[in-house]
Amino acid sequence: MDMKASSPADMIPIPGLHEALIKIIGEGLPLVKQPYAEIAKQLNCSESAVIDGIKSIIASGDLKRFGVVVRHRKLGYRANGMVVWDLPDNRVSEIGHCIGQYSFVTLCYQRPRRLPEWHYNLFSMIHGRDRAAVIDQVAFIVQQCGLQGIEHEILFSNRCFKQRGANYRVDPPSISSGRAVNE
Amino acid sequence: MREFSQLEQRLLNEFQQGLPLTSEPYADIARQLGVYETTVLETLHRLQTEGVVSRVGAVFRPNRIGASTLAAMAVPAKQLEDIAAIVSSFAEVNHNYEREHHFNLWFVVVAADEQHLQDVLAEIESSCAYPLLDLPLLNEYFIDLGFDLKWT
Repeated sequence: MDMKASSPADMIPIPGLHEALIKIIGEGLPLVKQPYAEIAKQLNCSESAVIDGIKSIIASGDLKRFGVVVRHRKLGYRANGMVVWDLPDNRVSEIGHCIGQYSFVTLCYQRPRRLPEWHYNLFSMIHGRDRAAVIDQVAFIVQQCGLQGIEHEILFSNRCFKQRGANYRVDPPSISSGRAVNE
Repeated sequence: MREFSQLEQRLLNEFQQGLPLTSEPYADIARQLGVYETTVLETLHRLQTEGVVSRVGAVFRPNRIGASTLAAMAVPAKQLEDIAAIVSSFAEVNHNYEREHHFNLWFVVVAADEQHLQDVLAEIESSCAYPLLDLPLLNEYFIDLGFDLKWT
């Protein structure tokens, strides 16, 4: 297959390019002057196919962000509290939007209860320089969103056993269809 | 934590999203910051070596690509390290943290599809011999503009 053909051939979607790009941008771009050209070399396609491919991934809404990914712990944000809330089911959306609007809240998700072991249904993540800062921010949220009387807990993170970028396996190893994608 | 230069602070804070999709994105960033392209590349490389920057690339939205969940386990303190090591050994686990709670081990599992995810969860449960809570995302309530680093 000739993938080095010039511009008209670039219009034809390259098989497996989308999946290959998702993997590459999930792991990080090379820190070189022309990172997209470098990726194109690896994938044996044109630089514009790489750039257009990434644009279409961004347009699909699959990404939260595309840029410099920082590690909060290394920046002195040592305290990480996962705050879990037991909200009335009919107020989750309203309160979720209220909590999610603050810049120090980095995640705010509704998740299912698992009764009887687990009755919290909203999860928010708060980073702070220390625990006191996180506790303070939670108190601020309680006041701002009117959550007095709503049961909640702060689960501070302790040891980190594993942390790495997204590993989105497009092909599970168990698949036996023999369909080799972009090998 | 060491002190960060003004250039480092701006690189860390202002470029968490919207990396230019141009032939020379670091040159574009350099122009915005009024420095040389090589300075941007060197600085990012240094921050990455130090572990302050994990990568220049994408942060995916959960559940948009493949299937994922947040799982929790309640493990006796004495066994936590051993159980955590078993959990971490699964390639599908990408975050694994101790948290201070009765449910003290929290991890994110990402798989190609829902079936694969459920298979992996079952396998983790049987390898660890502790039940886990499967807490998949139902709704998301925030606009992620990156994390605003407050430099003091």
